[in-house]
Amino acid sequence: MTERLEDRCIVSGLGQSDVGRRMTKGVMELTLDAVLEAIADAGLRPADIDGIVSWPGAVTRNDSLAPSGPGGSGPGPHAVIDALRLQPTWYYGGPETPGMFAAFIHACMAVATGMCRHVVVYRALNEATAWRTVTDRVSTDAAGVTGPLQWMLPFGAFSGPTWMGQWATRHMHEFGTTREQIAAISLNARKNAQKNPKAVLQGDLTMEDYLSSKMISDPLCLFDCDIAVDGVTVLVVSTADFAPDVPTTPIRVEAVGSALQGRASWDQWEDMAQTGAAGAGKHLWSRTDLKPADVDVANLYDGFSILTLFWLEGMGFCGKGESGPFVEGGKRIALDGELPLATSGGQLSAGRLHGFGHLHEACLQLRGQAEDRQVKGAKVAATSAGAGPLASCLLLRTDA
Amino acid sequence: MSFPVPQITDENGAFWTGGRDGELLIMRCTSCGYWVHPPSPRCPQCLSDAVEPRPVSGRGTVYSYTINRQAWVPGLEVPFVIAIVELDEQLGLRLMTNIVDGPVEEVEIGLPVEVAFVERGEAFVPVFHKVAS
Repeated sequence: MTERLEDRCIVSGLGQSDVGRRMTKGVMELTLDAVLEAIADAGLRPADIDGIVSWPGAVTRNDSLAPSGPGGSGPGPHAVIDALRLQPTWYYGGPETPGMFAAFIHACMAVATGMCRHVVVYRALNEATAWRTVTDRVSTDAAGVTGPLQWMLPFGAFSGPTWMGQWATRHMHEFGTTREQIAAISLNARKNAQKNPKAVLQGDLTMEDYLSSKMISDPLCLFDCDIAVDGVTVLVVSTADFAPDVPTTPIRVEAVGSALQGRASWDQWEDMAQTGAAGAGKHLWSRTDLKPADVDVANLYDGFSILTLFWLEGMGFCGKGESGPFVEGGKRIALDGELPLATSGGQLSAGRLHGFGHLHEACLQLRGQAEDRQVKGAKVAATSAGAGPLASCLLLRTDA
Repeated sequence: MSFPVPQITDENGAFWTGGRDGELLIMRCTSCGYWVHPPSPRCPQCLSDAVEPRPVSGRGTVYSYTINRQAWVPGLEVPFVIAIVELDEQLGLRLMTNIVDGPVEEVEIGLPVEVAFVERGEAFVPVFHKVAS
């Protein structure tokens, strides 16, 4: 295989702010906490940082395909650059990308092309605060809805569950997927969250709790939906020649997946029995000799529990339509199972860090730093982010 | 509150106001006959710019749906059905809409439906109901 962009970059640093539903710190403070932690973790100083990328940048209104409501995101690159007086050779923040990990892939591209040596990549969430304080969540102009949301909002499709609920209905219809099977994702996440001190939901969750909970948008119930939090996750992506200088275990980027195979639209997506995960997953495996069976731990997106099923199929951990039986009962996906999933508690129980929580956890697992929830001997981790048409995924590994 | 209304423009006006005359207007390529939705000035099949709004039959089937039960904004009346309806004219010619006028539990994939229009602001919003048997 000719040299790939993946071979030229590593993850050198990790940072994560406090995470919670009622934070005393504002999102800018949380962002700087996490950015400085990640830079220090990489053994670097702010002056060494020559690139910074965020998804989705500073968003003030919800008018693209990307599900990031007004006030829900923290500062974009300009604010962080200025706060730390960075002098980047390249920076970027934007929402029109193949899902949230596009920021990470963008950083890899900047490093691989020689534009940068050390890129800060982050996702800053302010959604707990936004849900309490932003009343105009619909965010339409007085003159009416414009852009792609005009095809959804006029029908009362206000929020993610009303969009993804239709995908879930289709999956259940075509493959006989049951609510009990989908529940396995939520129950597994809660069990793992109980081993993660930062997880926002730690109480026991039973199948009875799940089945009797409030329906939000059929077939998605309360426990199918993730938990809005304030919290910021940061990685430093560095040039591979920095690996010997990384104070912790350098993490290799084995493959990235970002291909869109379908229409760039929530309402016009052709095959709603699969999501953008299918195209991104196929793309990822085309860039590596490793196989799904080589993966030791999978931190797959779970903005809704059904999304993990779509990612399991899209990334080839099981066949299309087979994810329900694959996860049923939860044994296979538990920490000591064949394919441990959502080891941090995922977004369903640890909090909606918008994919970056999963990415951070994947790196901790590969470093052997996941404490009570450590998957023994984890050498290869899969992680993914995105819903509907938006999708990107990563395969990470250690040298050991 | 009622649902948000679209901003009517030159590009989307036919779709959102055709209901005034009882017609669901979808863009169609007059060169190759392909139906194009949402509206675009080019046919994605043959790339012709001869794309014009044309009435469809208003008949279709439910491709998928959800019953929304959450009041996302103050005053929102729930439950209601949001669905993807595939129009009879062309495989994959779909739009998001509401299924109205019946018990929400009666909606299912494959249900034959037909269009009706709800006037909101300047728009005539196309919604669907079960075809009377």
